[in-house]
Amino acid sequence: MSNSVHVYDARADHATVNAQSPLAYSFQRSGMPAPGEEGRAVVGERAFLGHLILRGGAIVLDEALREVLGIGLPGRPNSLTVDADGQRSVQWLSPDEWLLIVPGDETFGLETRLRAHLGGSHVAIVDVSAGQTLIELTGEAAHGVLMKSTVYDVDPHAFTVGKGVTTIFAKTSVILRRPDESRWELIVRRSFADYVYRWLLDAGEEYGIGVARESRHESQ
Amino acid sequence: MFHIYCPYCEELREEEEFHPKGQAHIARPEEPDACSDEEWGDYLFFRDNPRGIHHEMWLHAVGCRKFFNITRNTVSYEILETYKMGEQPTVGAEHLAREEKTAREGKTDSVQVAEGGQQTVGASDAAQASVKGA
Ligand SMILES: [Zn+2]
Repeated sequence: MSNSVHVYDARADHATVNAQSPLAYSFQRSGMPAPGEEGRAVVGERAFLGHLILRGGAIVLDEALREVLGIGLPGRPNSLTVDADGQRSVQWLSPDEWLLIVPGDETFGLETRLRAHLGGSHVAIVDVSAGQTLIELTGEAAHGVLMKSTVYDVDPHAFTVGKGVTTIFAKTSVILRRPDESRWELIVRRSFADYVYRWLLDAGEEYGIGVARESRHESQ
Repeated sequence: MFHIYCPYCEELREEEEFHPKGQAHIARPEEPDACSDEEWGDYLFFRDNPRGIHHEMWLHAVGCRKFFNITRNTVSYEILETYKMGEQPTVGAEHLAREEKTAREGKTDSVQVAEGGQQTVGASDAAQASVKGA
């Protein structure tokens, strides 16, 4: 029963705790090279977002999400819905599992409202924000970098905007998705973030890959 | 490297994303307490290892992480169909018999789409020839 679930805000109190993103260590150790002149491939971390895993029946979750967040579940496998300002998204992961990503400070409130709306429905909501991070890849050579890294077909004509898959990336796995024309997003496990970051720097070297300056890896 | 159609993802995905999980459609005995040791041992430990058509469970391990079923020719590695858990295969041993008959009659075109409407991949011409020539 959902009323017996103990829900608490898992985010660090940023006033007293200096949280570090999964890539904070990598940025220090491997550096943050500046993107080449043309900026053909740029990598950046969007840290401290709220990641929620929703599990349960599509109909009940879809209804609750529309009510609480204003966007519904994607109707098709391997696809993604993004809200009007691009800050909130829901992605299909499996027939009974979706990944919801929202701005970090909305996570707890959203989870609470979803639970209230879902009542005793047979669903699970798990806050996995601390376990993974989102790496953004932009630039005209972005899909070139991906082609060297994953077995999935990342040709922009095949991997269209709104598609998202869980697949193999180098020797690990990632959630790979394309929320709009210009961006690719990789959701990586915290413990593999350093590996993926260094892989990207290496694979993107020929394209002059660099790190976006705004990458924020420590909370203030 | 070949592609496998995941019935949950509804698309062809790389072989690397999957793991085989052994024989499918093994029913747990209705009344375990009433089983003889032999029946229970069969259920737990003994698996078919046919030459030809085999129904197997596979897992889309790096993907949707769901189990599903594959009907596969263990000689040619040809995948004849994939279907969801709880569903029944539409291709059986008679499919192979039919193919062999066709081969004997001198037709060599390899089947690309199984009767179930699913894809058929992975069988090299050489493997096909060795089955049909057998
Ligand atoms: Zn799948």
